[in-house]
Amino acid sequence: MAVNYFNYLRKEKMPHIWCAGCGHGMIVKSIIRAIDKLGWKNDEIALVSGIGCSSRTPGYLDFHTLHTTHGRALAFATGIKLAKPNLKVIVVGGDGDMMAIGGNHFIHACRRNIDMKLIVYNNNIYGMTGGQASPTTLTDAKATTAPYGFLEEPFDVCNMAIASGATFVGRALDLDVPLMDRVILESFKHKGFSVVDAWSQCPTYFGRFNKWGSASEMMERYKQIIYNIRQKDQLSEEEKKGKYPVGILHQIERNEFCERYQKLRDTLKGKEEAE
Amino acid sequence: MQEKKNIKFLSGNEACGEGAIVAGCRFFGGYPISPSSEIAEFMSKRLPLVGGTFIQMEDEIASIGAILGASLAGVKSMTATSGPGLSLMQENIGFGAMAEIPTVIVDVMRGGPSTGNPTGPSQSDVMAIRWGTHGDYPAVALCPESVNEVFLLTIEAFNIAEFLRTPVVLAMDEITAHMREKVELLKESDVKIVNRKKPEKMPYLPYEYGEDLIPPLPGYGEGFRFHVTGLNHDKTGFPTNKSELMEEGNRRIMEKLDKNKDKVIKHEEFMTEDCDILVVAYGSSARAAKRAVRTAREKGIKAGLFRPITLYPLSEKALQKAAGKAKKVIVPEMNLGQYILIVERVIGHGFPIIGINQVDGEPISPSKILSKIEE
Repeated sequence: MAVNYFNYLRKEKMPHIWCAGCGHGMIVKSIIRAIDKLGWKNDEIALVSGIGCSSRTPGYLDFHTLHTTHGRALAFATGIKLAKPNLKVIVVGGDGDMMAIGGNHFIHACRRNIDMKLIVYNNNIYGMTGGQASPTTLTDAKATTAPYGFLEEPFDVCNMAIASGATFVGRALDLDVPLMDRVILESFKHKGFSVVDAWSQCPTYFGRFNKWGSASEMMERYKQIIYNIRQKDQLSEEEKKGKYPVGILHQIERNEFCERYQKLRDTLKGKEEAE
Repeated sequence: MQEKKNIKFLSGNEACGEGAIVAGCRFFGGYPISPSSEIAEFMSKRLPLVGGTFIQMEDEIASIGAILGASLAGVKSMTATSGPGLSLMQENIGFGAMAEIPTVIVDVMRGGPSTGNPTGPSQSDVMAIRWGTHGDYPAVALCPESVNEVFLLTIEAFNIAEFLRTPVVLAMDEITAHMREKVELLKESDVKIVNRKKPEKMPYLPYEYGEDLIPPLPGYGEGFRFHVTGLNHDKTGFPTNKSELMEEGNRRIMEKLDKNKDKVIKHEEFMTEDCDILVVAYGSSARAAKRAVRTAREKGIKAGLFRPITLYPLSEKALQKAAGKAKKVIVPEMNLGQYILIVERVIGHGFPIIGINQVDGEPISPSKILSKIEE
């Protein structure tokens, strides 16, 4: 049955502010489809964001929504989840939010393995503030603060997540909707901290500065630098060099923090009086 | 039969933890920092015993974020820190004020600026507490002088936060934190506990307020779905850039404190009725001041003490009255003259207002205050 998006959207907040050709709306639709498929109720979801284009998402979705300060979404979300573990906590943020100003919160959230769902809307640029370079801007690409090209190496969101201990890590691009749907849905089903590196294009800034053209032309460019993780063994090292795998990249089982904490409370029951 | 009093010999940091548990705090997010760390240690031990949650966050920015999140989820929350951590928390203290989220921040003051003196007493954060975050916000801060008062004021800090729907600071110093004294531990049933006002019916607008200017606040997941942002917002909670609504919102968060300040303000007066010399002191400096005033009286000098217990808001009328007949006002502080600026503003410049300022990591002695009284 077709998904009725308006069951999840705050209709009166439409139209959204995202530019024509921006992929953020595609990510939001994938999120909605995953929620719909899982039958999650609006009232049991808390959606938390930082600051930036991606972080306008909570305003549009009819859940308990929180638009925090720049980079701090995971910190606020940690408090929400630990205080009310029954809530499904989804966190959204941009590449600046999660990889720059909120980088410390990102790695520690991965390490703790609290059952929260992080989706990084990654468009390699600070869109809201006018196209400055971000920690995922590709080397040599142009931005308003990298007018001669970006001289640094970008972070790989997924490698960072895996190295920090996230128990589910996936990457998908808005140009491949079925894959985006699958990766987000599986991340939501996962018990533990999940990270989805959701690529979206920013034709307004990144595309324009780098003469990458329209949104669809940008998608063609992105296609050249990815490969499906399922083809990992068929491709040579040479063919994979400098390219980003997409799909579900990592999934392991590890103790989830809230469950561990509840176990601790249960073990300690009755001990206060004895003390 | 009268129940036996529960008297304990505790440090201020332990008393703070005990007070928080009685007040109903069930979430603590913090980061170790001297001289506040024993509060986190206490909470890590106690919270899982009472169904609460403790988490050690990765830094102070994360700590304040987590406690604001927990409070939005409907759970009373607290963090504890010291000057450097307070500096890191400032942005999100403003978020808490703007979004109107009740929470308690314990600041055990140490010497600053920067790393300063982690293990000595200080009152160096008195201005940072009032003006630290950007923008205008309703600062509320309580300052205990004894360990027993730490216990009581921690409960009070939660009550005010819940009542006013705003972050409240409990400003201790290294002496009130680490000194051990007799504390009478009261039970929840023996003290007044305030819980935030919740909405009664749908449709619910998160920033719609009544006469007291304080909007009700449900927890996430309790059936009232709403949006929270640090942007200027209207009654619906969604961002607005309409001039008149921004003006109204910015003014209201200040006015709600002003309007309700009589329910919040606390101060103590000691021998002020006829005083020629008024000492205005707070925290552990006030104890030294009280001793100095007593000795001065024994010598026939009419000295008195005014002790603000809520540093913010200050009982301005009471201070003006206490200073009414005084020929001289003395403000001892373990900083280079912070609260004296407020005293000057409140009681004017018609007579000498003298600071006693000490930043050597040692407490101000009664004799130092006495000699200023006698001067």
